[in-house]
Amino acid sequence: MTDRAETEAKIRDLIDPFNKKGVEIDGGTRFAQDLEWDSLTVMDFVASVEDEFDILISMNRAAEIETVDQLVDAVRQLESER
Amino acid sequence: MSDLFSKFDPLIQQREDLLSTGLTDPFNLVMEKVESPTVAICNGRRTILLGTYNYMGMTFDPDVVAAGKKALDEYGSGTTGSRVLNGTYAGHKAVEDALKDFYAMDHAMVFSTGYQANLGIISTIAGKDDYIILDIDSHASIYDGCALGNAQIVPFRHNDVEALEKRLKRVPEGAGKLVVLEGVYSMLGDIAPLKEMVAISKANGAMVLVDEAHSMGFIGENGRGVAEAQGIIDDVDFIIGTFSKSVGTVGGFCVSNHPKFEILRLVCRPYVFTASLPPSVVATAATSIRKLMDGADKRAHLWENSKRLHAGLRQLGFQLGTDEPQSAIIAVIMPDLETGAAMWEALLKEGLYVNLARPPATPANMTLLRCSLCAEHSGDQVEEILGMFAAAGRATGCI
Repeated sequence: MTDRAETEAKIRDLIDPFNKKGVEIDGGTRFAQDLEWDSLTVMDFVASVEDEFDILISMNRAAEIETVDQLVDAVRQLESER
Repeated sequence: MSDLFSKFDPLIQQREDLLSTGLTDPFNLVMEKVESPTVAICNGRRTILLGTYNYMGMTFDPDVVAAGKKALDEYGSGTTGSRVLNGTYAGHKAVEDALKDFYAMDHAMVFSTGYQANLGIISTIAGKDDYIILDIDSHASIYDGCALGNAQIVPFRHNDVEALEKRLKRVPEGAGKLVVLEGVYSMLGDIAPLKEMVAISKANGAMVLVDEAHSMGFIGENGRGVAEAQGIIDDVDFIIGTFSKSVGTVGGFCVSNHPKFEILRLVCRPYVFTASLPPSVVATAATSIRKLMDGADKRAHLWENSKRLHAGLRQLGFQLGTDEPQSAIIAVIMPDLETGAAMWEALLKEGLYVNLARPPATPANMTLLRCSLCAEHSGDQVEEILGMFAAAGRATGCI
């Protein structure tokens, strides 16, 4: 089990290739509104997070995740459930 | 009062911008007369139909039409009832028997549309703690089936065998798993690597549902679809199909060998809470399905048409959805919606109808001119079609 900062750093690395507008990322950054990702980009990004952490993020779960902080928490929870 | 329609403003604006250029609305075409599976009159003009999914050209088959007329005379215009109440006539059992014979399977359940077949089967068999693992490019009816149910939904990258396997292995121990695939994906006309995907799904304890809407009657030795062509149809738990493509009318179905399959008739809400198909529709469907069993010559001609159109369009310089023709769908990729709409209109003026497909229905935000061939297109018609593409493509600067 890694610490939260490490999980967040990994997620930020995964956001980079999708952050085409170069938006400044912090914990409160929202994927849809701030990064302006469409549903296809979200699905591609979710797949990369799943593969990095070896977890499943269902569409049901993903629909509840709006911000970077919420994603970090969800990933840590899913990792602990594994 | 907040207007609930405000959310549609961006789409309304996009449509107005497009139509203000004087363009014909691609989503409002009226077929004034239909002469045959391949020709209709649109805006007073004789138009070759190249976007109907009427793959086997059964809509004007004399036996099919006669069966419908006879049923209309003998059973009336409609059933006015659910399949589980007053809406099951002899014709509904007959079409289910025809499906069982066509697919050589034990059970067949007919729905009022193909959309409802996916909606009903997927939402009913996958429950709250089950996982549905589906190709990301799945049809809207599959996604809506997922949304209607309560299962956990996990998409994987289109046709990516490894991505499917990884996700299957991550499903929690003991959870039920349903893998949902399509034989032919209707936007680009590409087929799925079902052999590998079904084997991996079975190895990981999943049930498999394959939507063969765009392959029935055409692909596979007996026209049973891509699962038959790839030799794994016996490992598929549920096949979903439609009467609105090769069969030539309307309706949907699921066939299966699952021993408990018949219970679905009582628990599947999109089956129970809607009126059954009219007697004339099931009579035309049953007749058409039985004729499709002997359609080998038509299947061969349809493949010839598909190969010729694919090669001809590529020679003209169009960018296509697949490197080789894989089905009876040939997708021409347009650079953007404006060019696609202009090209669509230019083709219509030449006397050719194709489907304009655009986001969000298309993968990767593509605008497509989707062509679907018919076994009744003559070789001459295919050459005529290529001539129209050449003229319209040059007029709009696409080639």
